[in-house]
Amino acid sequence: MAKTHISTSINGEPVEFLADPGSSLLDVLRNTLGLTGTKEGCGTGDCGACSVTVDGRLVCSCLVLAVEAEGHEIGTIEGMAQGETLHPLQRKFLEMAALQCGICTPGVLISARALLEKNPNPTETEVRFGLAGNLCRCTGYDKIVRAVLETAAEMRETV
Amino acid sequence: MTDIRYLAPQTLDEAVGAFAAAQGAARILAGGTDLLVQMRAGTVKPGLIVDIKKIAEMTEIAEAPDGGFRIGAAVPGATLAEHRGFGKAWPGVLEAINLIGSKQVQGRASPGGNLCNGSPAGDSVPAMIAANAMVTVQGPEGRRTMPVEAVPAGPGRTNLKPGEIVVSFTLPPRAPGSSDAYLRMIPRTEMDIAVVGLGVSLTLQGGVVTAARVGLGAVAPTVLLVEDAAKALVGSRLDDAALEAAAAACRAACNPINDKRGTIAYRTKVAGVLLKRTVAIAAARAGGN
Amino acid sequence: MNVINDKLRVEDNKWIGTRTVRPDGADKVTGRATYAADNTMPGMIWGKVLRSPHAHARIRSIDTSKAEALPGVKAVVTAKDIVDFPLETSVMLGIQDMRWMCRNVMAREKALFHGHPVAAVAAINEEVAAAACALIAVDYEVLPHVIEIEDAIKPDAPILHDFAKFEGKPSNIAGTMTAKLGDVEVGFAEADIIVERTFRTRPIHQGYIEPQACTVSYSADGRATIWSSSQGQFMVRAMTSLLTGVPQSNIRAIPAEIGGGFGAKTIIYLEPVALLLSKKSGRPVKMVMTREEVMRATGPTSGSFSTVKIGAKKDGTFVAAKGDFYIQAGCLPGGPLRGPVGCSFAPYDIPNVLSVGYDVVSNRSKVAAYRAPGAPLGAYAAECVVDEIAEKLGMDRLELRLKNTAGPGTKAAYGATFGKVTFEETIEAIQNHEHYKAPLDRNPRPGVKRGRGVASGFWYNAGGESSAQVNITEDGNVVVTTGHPDVGGSRASIANVAAELLGVDHSRVSVLIGDTASIGYSNLTGGSRVTFASAMVVTQSAEKVIGQLKERAAKIWKIDPEAVNWDNGEATPAGPNAGQFPPLTLADLAAKATETGGPIGAGVQLNTTGADPGFATHVVDVEVDVDLGIVRVLRYTAAQDVGRALHPSYVEGQIQGGVVQGIGWALSEEYLYDKQGRLDNAGFLDYRMPVCSDVPMIEAVMLEIPNPKHPQGVRGVGEAPIVPPLAAISNAVYDALGKRFYALPMSPPKVLERLDEV
Repeated sequence: MAKTHISTSINGEPVEFLADPGSSLLDVLRNTLGLTGTKEGCGTGDCGACSVTVDGRLVCSCLVLAVEAEGHEIGTIEGMAQGETLHPLQRKFLEMAALQCGICTPGVLISARALLEKNPNPTETEVRFGLAGNLCRCTGYDKIVRAVLETAAEMRETV
Repeated sequence: MTDIRYLAPQTLDEAVGAFAAAQGAARILAGGTDLLVQMRAGTVKPGLIVDIKKIAEMTEIAEAPDGGFRIGAAVPGATLAEHRGFGKAWPGVLEAINLIGSKQVQGRASPGGNLCNGSPAGDSVPAMIAANAMVTVQGPEGRRTMPVEAVPAGPGRTNLKPGEIVVSFTLPPRAPGSSDAYLRMIPRTEMDIAVVGLGVSLTLQGGVVTAARVGLGAVAPTVLLVEDAAKALVGSRLDDAALEAAAAACRAACNPINDKRGTIAYRTKVAGVLLKRTVAIAAARAGGN
Repeated sequence: MNVINDKLRVEDNKWIGTRTVRPDGADKVTGRATYAADNTMPGMIWGKVLRSPHAHARIRSIDTSKAEALPGVKAVVTAKDIVDFPLETSVMLGIQDMRWMCRNVMAREKALFHGHPVAAVAAINEEVAAAACALIAVDYEVLPHVIEIEDAIKPDAPILHDFAKFEGKPSNIAGTMTAKLGDVEVGFAEADIIVERTFRTRPIHQGYIEPQACTVSYSADGRATIWSSSQGQFMVRAMTSLLTGVPQSNIRAIPAEIGGGFGAKTIIYLEPVALLLSKKSGRPVKMVMTREEVMRATGPTSGSFSTVKIGAKKDGTFVAAKGDFYIQAGCLPGGPLRGPVGCSFAPYDIPNVLSVGYDVVSNRSKVAAYRAPGAPLGAYAAECVVDEIAEKLGMDRLELRLKNTAGPGTKAAYGATFGKVTFEETIEAIQNHEHYKAPLDRNPRPGVKRGRGVASGFWYNAGGESSAQVNITEDGNVVVTTGHPDVGGSRASIANVAAELLGVDHSRVSVLIGDTASIGYSNLTGGSRVTFASAMVVTQSAEKVIGQLKERAAKIWKIDPEAVNWDNGEATPAGPNAGQFPPLTLADLAAKATETGGPIGAGVQLNTTGADPGFATHVVDVEVDVDLGIVRVLRYTAAQDVGRALHPSYVEGQIQGGVVQGIGWALSEEYLYDKQGRLDNAGFLDYRMPVCSDVPMIEAVMLEIPNPKHPQGVRGVGEAPIVPPLAAISNAVYDALGKRFYALPMSPPKVLERLDEV
């Protein structure tokens, strides 16, 4: 199979890779680039575990072809913390135990960040609908929603 | 194993040329939220993928001087939601497009893809039909325009000719006192396919309905324009009798199946319920205009 | 030793009971934690499973020659490569019978469900492996299939297994289980009121987000290493050993982080296959299931068809209870009969009980454990009947339960005689809760009705084998290793215990999960046992370590070890020597370890006991859209005796998660089959687990009543929370609509159909 050469940016760093035109961005992130923080739960866009951003826009990386990354900016969980400094959402998720098994957590965090970037002061309902594309089977969502609301409040204060 | 080629042309002519030349072995890629799932399931094995998102016309939202809108076929729902004027003119169409999947899916899924996927349950289609939207398509024989309701041919099938690509949707200017709404029934609050979807567009003058269109999805092999429901509404003050007549028209239009998402009896009953609820929302919005 | 009892003094605890950051947390929020599918190895190839397209078919022959000839294919495996366990002799591994497991991992005589593995291929990539699977020619003799319980137990049903006999005849009832107390006929004769109802539930998938995955490397010297996520690396080792013939000593099973299990990952599917593919190919083999494979071919929990009959006196005293529970086993025997048979009536003091479970096979994937296996099915039936009795007697629903609660000395039909019972406390907690007392607006809008329901539940809880090692590092910090995969924060609880006992700052304690080569045998993460059992072995290990630390200090001070205290992470001289020497810290003692006797550390391996049962009582408010048949949960409060919450957040998390799984079970989740016996909703989209916007906050009321049989008072908490929701929600829907439902899920079409019944 002829592979296509792709130049893109992942978490602010230039990245080049070869991809089959039929491969998903998720496959390339995980299997070609070793960025396994982005998880596969379903491969059909129904669980959100593979959430990433493309040019800041939240998407499921299982529903994006890897070749579409050409010239775009990809954001993954690996780029969420700045060095040793966790993103406020990451910190709050730890403090408030908003994860159990943790497999959905990278996707939830990417979604929650996208949500707060658009809406810094969401209601509980807005958080719940904003995260409706991210399945979590462990937590019953309670602590996730609380952690996102708390983070939003904290981030509003520090701005 | 099929060798897949990927093209991302800058021009429509180039896209149409490549798409037509592939003679059915090609698939158009807009948001990919259906295509990639089908490829993964093995139900679609394209030899060529034509990504249309680099074609300017496909991703534009244009507001005409008369107040009408032209939406590129590949505009994702999330982008449309950020447009200043569109949601004011066509709140029902916007809410329908943004009920397609999760926030993640809205970042990609487009009305063009939703229409061409040919699902009777596509959320944007009933709202587009209610809006009296026209579709511009371009193929090897040039451009043509048709009403949205003329596109679906059956589950997974459209009336597009070989090589034709949906380019854009044109929504007419709104008369004063007009608005629209879309509601769907799903078992969960999100992340489901419509069991029934219903779009309504209304124009009210002095409390009397002067124009109405009703689009009804997931209750027949194709999304339906329910003209009898519109007739029942036009001339009325949306009194109970008119609403019940319109609901009855929706129920009568149903030709559903029993499947994993709903039963014939359920879908039929719900079509009537949604008609009343959707009309109420559209009327409230129109009254506020 | 007094360390244990001291730590029951809650007010003195510095770490136990606090909401510390979990030891594995940072890696999980940054994407660095390695789950099963995240592992790679140099030279690794990919395995893929060929699955039966038929629900029921005899396998006449399998021709793999074309697949083997495909360039890039490195190995092919079929049932003949898997160790055969003949039908005549049962070989048990825990509760799993290897006769069934060997046939579950790879179809042997027959393909028993759509999706049953028939062969597997390893190739240079997934595409080639998939292409090779398509080249395997299987000659099937398609047989009639049967899916539903009521069809499977009909006299003329297609029989899955010739060996299964019921009442002397070939049958799809592969076994039964009975729990009996007194004489129900006598009991019912005494009853003033009897309510008997029949209930149906559908199979439910555990719905973990991480599909099963593994990487196995088999070396030329006959040794194998397995990286996989499971609820027990020792189970992985033992089951893989049994199914491949490789001795356990030659298998090292390394537990990856596990992305949810809920019981399902207490058995394996891929590991033995991957090992055999690795052995044949000489390459490490990675296998990852797709979501469709997970839904189709891994075990959900059982659907059920149950009849429950309860008799009571006018004053509400229960006099007899009878339950017949037909439980889906899937295609091979082994449904969770113990759940409904033992748990359904266990919360109550009923003198006459007869509970019978029937293990019904049909052409579905073999069931696997799911959170309190089988208990929710039984509690659904029993607690709905209790609700109806309360209504018919005009009694308060919770008062009726209070009147009949089991107490100390109550004998349960399943055999136990209870010691301390904390069921009453859970009921009273709900009675006194603001939620239960709050008025409910029953008709908030036209077309909307609201109702409130309650239900209770019971789960056995478990102890069993656990191992731990507590080592003091050379720089005076603490490393704790246990043998239990951490599915929901158990490391966080253990870190609190170790920090508390050793008197060191929490940040100085690391908690790790050992592989099968680095820690002693530890039974499954399941049965609500891990925090209970591992806290016990960690406590005993820590006590040994403290003993060593005192000895070392005594040696340095040249005094008697008995005259040394260990407090706040320091050794201090006590008694006559008090104040004579400056304290020695953990770091001081670690630095002198070599000259005082060598490394400091201790391990304990134990078959833990004393895991008393768990009780829960829930209240829920629902809202029904009567025109669309949609039921939504508005408010939910769950009270449970949690013993001692070592880490309250993760205890609440167990309750909240279990409740939402129960909401899905009650309202939206189900397995749907087509006429050909194929699963029609093998994906998250149409399987419909609750999403974030479907549910409210779940209030977890933790009743901390210490379990006297545990050093910190721990009681298992993970499973009891999923037992009451099915009945609680069903009772709430009745309260809203005045119509009872006897089948789950209460999905919109079914609700509307019932509402339209005249």
